[in-house]
Amino acid sequence: MTTLHYLVLAPFIMALLVPFIYKGFRHIHTGWFVLALPLILFIYLLSYLPIGGNTLNPEVMVVPWVPTLGINFAIYLDGLSLLFALLITGIGTLVVLYSIFYIANKKDEPLNNFYVYLMMFMGAMLGVVLSDNLMVIYVFWELTSLASALLIAYWFHKEKSRYGAQKSMLITVTGGFAMLAGFCLLYIITGSFSIQEIIAYFGQIDLTSEVLVIPAMLLILLGAFTKSAQFPFHIWLPDAMEAPTPVSAYLHSATMVKAGIYLVARFTPVFGGLPEWFWIITSFGLLTLIWGSISAVRQTDLKGILAFSTISQLGLIMALFGLGSASFIDNIAEVAIIAAIFHLINHATFKGSLFMVVGIVDHETGTRDIRKLGGLMSIMPITFTISIIGIASMAGLPPFNGFLSKEMFFTGVLDVASLNIFNIQTWGFLFPIVAWIASVFTFVYCMIMFFRTFTGKYQPEKLEKEAHEAPIGLLISPIVLASLVVIFGLFPNLLSYSMIEPALHAVLPYTVGLDNYINIYHWHGLNTELFMTIGVVLFGSLVFINLKRWQESTFFLHERDPLNRLYDGGLDGLVAGSQRVTNVQLTGLLRDYFVYMMVFMLILLGWTFFRYDAMQFNFTNVSEISPYLWIITLVLMATTISIPFIQHRVTSIIAVGVIGFLIALLFVVFRAPDLALTQLLVETVMVVLFLLCFYHLPELRKEKFKPKFRFTNLVISIGMGAIVTLLGFSAHAARHSLNFSPISQYFVENSKPLAGGYNMVNVILVDFRGLDTLLEVLVLGVAALGIVALIKLKMKEGQDV
Amino acid sequence: MEILMILTVGVLVSVSTYLLLTKSLLRVVLGLLLLSHAAHLLFLTLAGLKEGAPPLLGEEAASYADPLPQALILTAIVIGFGVTAFLLVLSYRTYKEHKTDDLDQLRGSADE
Repeated sequence: MTTLHYLVLAPFIMALLVPFIYKGFRHIHTGWFVLALPLILFIYLLSYLPIGGNTLNPEVMVVPWVPTLGINFAIYLDGLSLLFALLITGIGTLVVLYSIFYIANKKDEPLNNFYVYLMMFMGAMLGVVLSDNLMVIYVFWELTSLASALLIAYWFHKEKSRYGAQKSMLITVTGGFAMLAGFCLLYIITGSFSIQEIIAYFGQIDLTSEVLVIPAMLLILLGAFTKSAQFPFHIWLPDAMEAPTPVSAYLHSATMVKAGIYLVARFTPVFGGLPEWFWIITSFGLLTLIWGSISAVRQTDLKGILAFSTISQLGLIMALFGLGSASFIDNIAEVAIIAAIFHLINHATFKGSLFMVVGIVDHETGTRDIRKLGGLMSIMPITFTISIIGIASMAGLPPFNGFLSKEMFFTGVLDVASLNIFNIQTWGFLFPIVAWIASVFTFVYCMIMFFRTFTGKYQPEKLEKEAHEAPIGLLISPIVLASLVVIFGLFPNLLSYSMIEPALHAVLPYTVGLDNYINIYHWHGLNTELFMTIGVVLFGSLVFINLKRWQESTFFLHERDPLNRLYDGGLDGLVAGSQRVTNVQLTGLLRDYFVYMMVFMLILLGWTFFRYDAMQFNFTNVSEISPYLWIITLVLMATTISIPFIQHRVTSIIAVGVIGFLIALLFVVFRAPDLALTQLLVETVMVVLFLLCFYHLPELRKEKFKPKFRFTNLVISIGMGAIVTLLGFSAHAARHSLNFSPISQYFVENSKPLAGGYNMVNVILVDFRGLDTLLEVLVLGVAALGIVALIKLKMKEGQDV
Repeated sequence: MEILMILTVGVLVSVSTYLLLTKSLLRVVLGLLLLSHAAHLLFLTLAGLKEGAPPLLGEEAASYADPLPQALILTAIVIGFGVTAFLLVLSYRTYKEHKTDDLDQLRGSADE
């Protein structure tokens, strides 16, 4: 166990301690205790940054977990993991600080739940980005889904919270299962769960020669797309906004939804260069980008706007990773990967601060509806300043970091669209067009957010509370993030060598060794990208000014995503369908259940016979049959066959008794005196019991059987008889052909010397297996008690056992 | 002899399966009883019939019948007895409570 292993486990340990802290220090907000942990982890992780001559040497550190299956708790810290780990702990620190002021320490507020889930999420997320072993990643991955669902349902008394939690859980866990299947396929191909070994293996082989590569890729992408809310799986993210705002800022914009992007980046060295990888990720990413930005325009809830904006930005980053995967063919596409990594950081900063600002607005005015808000500029000046920075960065305006990454995004799109591989020349001209249209709508919703909230008329009568500036505690975290937006915007090269370059080495391994490679700056001259940005601003403003006309179209009246109907209908259909299946199957009739079991046994045994060619026949070695045995056996068979035809109760009981006595006789012939004795005794008692129960009950006696001949029953019973007969024949034949020696020789030899008995059966029962016999007596005792209770128990009307 | 016994077991299993699938409670109980008979007989048969003397050391024979299956069957007979007795009383009580021994009428409500 290295320090990094403990780093992953630390939040879980903290989660265990939280309930005790909450109980022990009730008057202090639990968040203050929790705050220390992410801060320490963040500072520790900073020491890994390759600055000041410090170099990052990634290596796999293994702690065996299930070594026989190749599952190990292996930690691998490279540039990509470090970037994500810093995001998780850094934003985590700010979010915990923010939550202390956002969620008040009141009596009915289950703060302990909140921090337990939050710590669980932090640990799981660190586990996802730091693990090298696919199975461990999968476990942590599902833990993040679980923690996310629990946090969305934090205010579980609200119907919508529960709905959102269930939705996110169902969609992300379904994707997780698909991903697990993909991981297993990778294991089949490579024989390893270690990502680094898989990358090394795939570097040596021709990808197109493996049949399973494409299915594995598709399944893993399904996991990534559901987690990162890519179209059409994005519908869970807007409903996840029912979570407390710190959670939305942390999980649903900065970290968890980027797990899918992490996965794609992580697997780029594996699948990068495949045309399928390029096209699927690029097209889904661009589709999500444009769908999200258009949907955001028609939202009236501030958090709804941010949710769809997050969806669209995730699509943007995803598309960049897709475009950038072409670098394995032509390294001009590298700019897309650099833009993706850069935008990942920028998005976390500006979107995090915007979520926190929206939380402040909600907290101080009591609403997030833009139709009720307005004129907050002079009332909340600090909040206003933070949001103008965040919104400008999101809209892609200089001098903020969003401008830089958006320019790089345009560069990447234009560069890749001009490539001459993967048939890009056919459809590639669409890339810049989609990117540009989506950017226009991004600009529009940024304008809506800004002008509807902070300018216009202040309408105090529509608000639940008297609006005022937020307390300083709530403002610290968004101020930190907004200043990062400005700093990264003014000095982008602070990031390029310390964080972007190591991450680039992880995504594109062939760039390792090329240092001081990236240089990000504002002014590139009057090029296409700049004109695209100017176009975005002009058209965006034009659309915003004419927004009134747009809003009257039917498109704007439907705030909810139309895809939700598919999900809701599907879920209802699934529930109704499974109920129908259950009702068909579970009839409440004992007979039907017997039929299921018998048919299953028939199929299973029959298939096994067929599959393993187990059928054998051997009619030799048969001991002779004396005439009286013929008689006994034939009488036995005849009586047995006659039972279903007997109409009278007592007769059938007697017939069964006859069978029992005949079997006792057979036991005598077959050299089993003890069995014969027991059978005789039991059979006598049994017949008496049967008669007691049914003969001595007058109201029963006259009732006759009405056996209804049923063909299926006959077929099943004859089938069962046949299969048991075949089984008997085969076992009998196998006994002779395989020449087993019975294991009972031990008892024959040791009955006398060890137990001092001459009757071997008795010795086995009372000595060698004495404990079994004791428990058998116990079974009989329990049965006897049950019988007494059944006879004696008298219950009043309506009373139940 | 073994072949004949295996055929007998087949007949017993067929009949008991048929009885299990009928409507009457008593027949179901009888079916279970027959099924246990069939199992005992099959077990004994497969261990080999008439090979050597009864498993009593006092016989001082050259070889003995296999004592292990016999011990197991003995246990099974006793347990089978307990189970059958319990089932009998259970069906008796069911009849007294519900005034029927028809399994079709004894099923619970349709949508539980």
